[in-house]
Amino acid sequence: MNNSKTTQNRRSFLKASLLSGGGMMLSVSWLSSFKPADKMQALNLPEQWTQLNGYIQITADNGVKLLCPNPEFGQNVMTSLPMIVAEELDVDWKNVVVEMGPYDNTKLGPQFTGGSNSIRMYWKPLREAGAAARHLLREAAAQTWKVPVGEVTTQAGVLLHSSGKSAKYGEMAGKAATLAVPKDLKLKAPRDFAIVRKSKKNVEGQKIVTGKPLFGLDYRADGMLIAMIQHPPAFGLKLKSFDAAQALKMPGIKAIFSLKLYEDGFEQGGFDTRTFNDLLVVVGKTTWEVMNARKKLLAQWEPIGDTKDTMAGRGGKREVVVPGGLESTSAQLEKMQAYAQKPAQQLRKDGDPETAFKNAAQVIERTYNAPFLAHNCMEPMNFFAHVTDEKALLVGPLQAPGWIEPTLSKILNLPADKIDIQMTRMGGGFGRRAYGHYLTEAALISRHAKAPIKLIYTREDDMTYGIYRPMYTATYRAALDANKNLIGFHVIGGGIPEHAIHANRFPAGAVENYLAEGWQIPSNITIGAFRAPRSNFNAAAEQSFLDEVAEAMGKDPIAFRLELLKRAKENPVGKNNEYDPDRYAGVLTLVRDKSGWNKPGNEKYHRGVAAYFCHNSYAAHVVDMVTRDGQPYVDRVFSAMDCGIVVNPDAATNMVQGAVVDGIGNALYGALTHKNGAAEQSNFHTYRIIRHNEAPKQIEVHFVENDLDPTGLGEPPFPPVFGAVANALYKNKGKRFYNQPFQPEMDKRI
Amino acid sequence: MVETSVICIPFLPNVNKTFANAHPVWKGVRVVRQRLVFRKPSGTSPLNSYLNEVIPTAVATYNLKINGKIRRVDTDPATPMLWVLRDHLDLQGTKYGCGIAQCGACTVHLNGTAVRSCQLPVSAVGSQPVTTIEGLSAKGDHPVQKAWLEHDVAQCGYCQAGQIMSAASLLKTNPNPSDADIDASMSGNICRCGTYLRIKEAIKSVARK
Ligand code: FES
Ligand code: FES
Repeated sequence: MNNSKTTQNRRSFLKASLLSGGGMMLSVSWLSSFKPADKMQALNLPEQWTQLNGYIQITADNGVKLLCPNPEFGQNVMTSLPMIVAEELDVDWKNVVVEMGPYDNTKLGPQFTGGSNSIRMYWKPLREAGAAARHLLREAAAQTWKVPVGEVTTQAGVLLHSSGKSAKYGEMAGKAATLAVPKDLKLKAPRDFAIVRKSKKNVEGQKIVTGKPLFGLDYRADGMLIAMIQHPPAFGLKLKSFDAAQALKMPGIKAIFSLKLYEDGFEQGGFDTRTFNDLLVVVGKTTWEVMNARKKLLAQWEPIGDTKDTMAGRGGKREVVVPGGLESTSAQLEKMQAYAQKPAQQLRKDGDPETAFKNAAQVIERTYNAPFLAHNCMEPMNFFAHVTDEKALLVGPLQAPGWIEPTLSKILNLPADKIDIQMTRMGGGFGRRAYGHYLTEAALISRHAKAPIKLIYTREDDMTYGIYRPMYTATYRAALDANKNLIGFHVIGGGIPEHAIHANRFPAGAVENYLAEGWQIPSNITIGAFRAPRSNFNAAAEQSFLDEVAEAMGKDPIAFRLELLKRAKENPVGKNNEYDPDRYAGVLTLVRDKSGWNKPGNEKYHRGVAAYFCHNSYAAHVVDMVTRDGQPYVDRVFSAMDCGIVVNPDAATNMVQGAVVDGIGNALYGALTHKNGAAEQSNFHTYRIIRHNEAPKQIEVHFVENDLDPTGLGEPPFPPVFGAVANALYKNKGKRFYNQPFQPEMDKRI
Repeated sequence: MVETSVICIPFLPNVNKTFANAHPVWKGVRVVRQRLVFRKPSGTSPLNSYLNEVIPTAVATYNLKINGKIRRVDTDPATPMLWVLRDHLDLQGTKYGCGIAQCGACTVHLNGTAVRSCQLPVSAVGSQPVTTIEGLSAKGDHPVQKAWLEHDVAQCGYCQAGQIMSAASLLKTNPNPSDADIDASMSGNICRCGTYLRIKEAIKSVARK
């Protein structure tokens, strides 16, 4: 057993109370239990997030209700987080009912879905919550039966004593609710897990397959109207004037107006990103009527020019100039080429890379490019809002309610306790729904229209709005000596509007002379987190580059990476290396063995390998490509993951398989390009998404088995897919591809 | 390849060209090109960026046969069934994903065959029965629904009603589909979460039974 000592003030934060009807409700809140053992790499989380309340409810008739604190967007938290509580509580999973918790940062913790953090952050607090409740129930039984508490055991929701006495949790719940929570808790040893590590089905599965209204777009309220915003047709434009006369005559239309999202000088938080500030709004009865009326609007747009945004947040207030202009992809690529020649910001330097490159017998230099990507969540952005002078009710799909509430509070001039944000299941998120501008827009529209409204983005609105994965480039250079040893490594990365370089990641630490640099070009095309931000480009570029270096050195790509990792472990270069070389090597050797790398029987495949570390987990893939109907096709994939303890294995496997499909799709087809500021893709007829026939027939997922505290899985498997696809493509086509997406690049070159 | 499915694709020259070239799978699929009214952007409004412009006419009354019940709807004849279901009849199971027959989220059965409800004007339905995900089975235990649960297919779940409706239609006409048949029938349904492998396994498990 693990002893878990929680911190000061614990008693005052942890409370068992009576449920009406005689059951027990346990609210938990422990300072500091929120801090994961490892350091937070993905995000700098605000201090106040170090509190957590989880709710466990046990009714007198033995019902167990667990609240899921974090919003669900397909990553399975509504199932896997309650599994963690149920494990320590020791209940029969069949009797557990899961409900999405309300938004309440003071009681339910960060409630943020993103950064592959849900399981990692809630692991310890939720285990403690379950263990505390179980202890109270045992204590209640001990007092009732007049036996020492140490003699009371539990089995799947039943309290037992060697004398033969037994009681269901529900029978003791009322008494347990009156007891004080103990100081020390014993947590189960991983070998005793009965729920965690055993696959459990999605708790909302039945609702999903029967079409129950689970999503934001499905939410309805009495008197609710539909609202849509007509955005400018291009980045860099704003509303000049509009004529709504015709549109107002269209059936079902209630109001057409314009309003400002943020007043001048509004201090934006990091996730208050918005593309357009002047909103031209159509409100009407039904979606179809509003869609049609919107087409009748006559609007004039004008160039917005350079604008200043005021940013709040860490490091205090600062002004950011957003450049005006109508940008085009071709010009952006040229600009990136020019910037790449200029001096850049040094991000990390080990040894003497300049001399290493000067003395090199051979220098390999390659440049990689990747376009903007749209998230394209299947459920387009939308939110319900009913705002009055006194209060606000907001319901919809959102990854991070805690980031948007302060913004709403300021803009609506309402205290936080008058703002009720409810989170629906999300039809995908991928980072997009961490940016709550659409919720703020909905709130302002509702207030102005004096009605409950649902703001709906059409697919076109959603895809052309921005908040994209940035456009990236990077040039990698490797210096080899006369004996083909790697003596120097240099990466210079840039992007619009940010570069992707993680300077302290592999192969930093494994090469004697190392230099990482970065530069960025500002733009009015907005960007946001996209499944494994930055890593999703790095892993593509760096992992194909390493493949090419291995080839130049005459080495097997896996053996070469393992050699570098050995060096990083035994004699690491420099400081602050972010990865654990052993775990990195672990996924590589696992995928090597499971895929039968270099073993006979795989001759018909063009094989590519890649591995990456991000968001605290390790991933490696072997992609097996064939030629089908004249096109390269990924037939089969082997994946190896190390994310510590795997809470819900089958769901974890599903997520890795999905990340593989997503990675193949984006590597081959994903791109959002611009001409004169306008997005050139507006819907799925021009933005190509991977489909059934293009997905692999087999994706075998293997997990490294260990007892380490779990880390996330939504993001880590995604980035290295790009690299593995690129490397397989090289084998398939006999040429290297450096520009994403690869499919059009292939079509161009053949 | 067996002609197992009808994929309704609006007449979008771009799409058909791009995807017919890029996706060999479309070759075996009977593509029904639903006519949409196209107009050149009028030039006076820079807003005509959408693919089709439908001019609503007077409201008409329809008595639709939805999930075995007659439901009365008063609406503009051009209203796509997708919005009739969602906004008029409060059947939210049928999902909006693209509105242009490219994603399959809105798939329902018309006369037992999968169609994209975003491209099906209410005026075209007449007396033909429409089945939505809510009406696929009385108890939510259609073999396809059961297989979806067994294989724990869903991630976010948003596309799955459309996937299930497409799969049920496929299995009705072709109880033992090959991989190629499944690809042909299902490639009009996008799953952004990438659950294709499980969908395929779930379909095959129904076929095996
Ligand atoms: S919404 Fe009908 S196919 Fe996408
Ligand atoms: S499960 Fe999310 S789009 Fe298919």
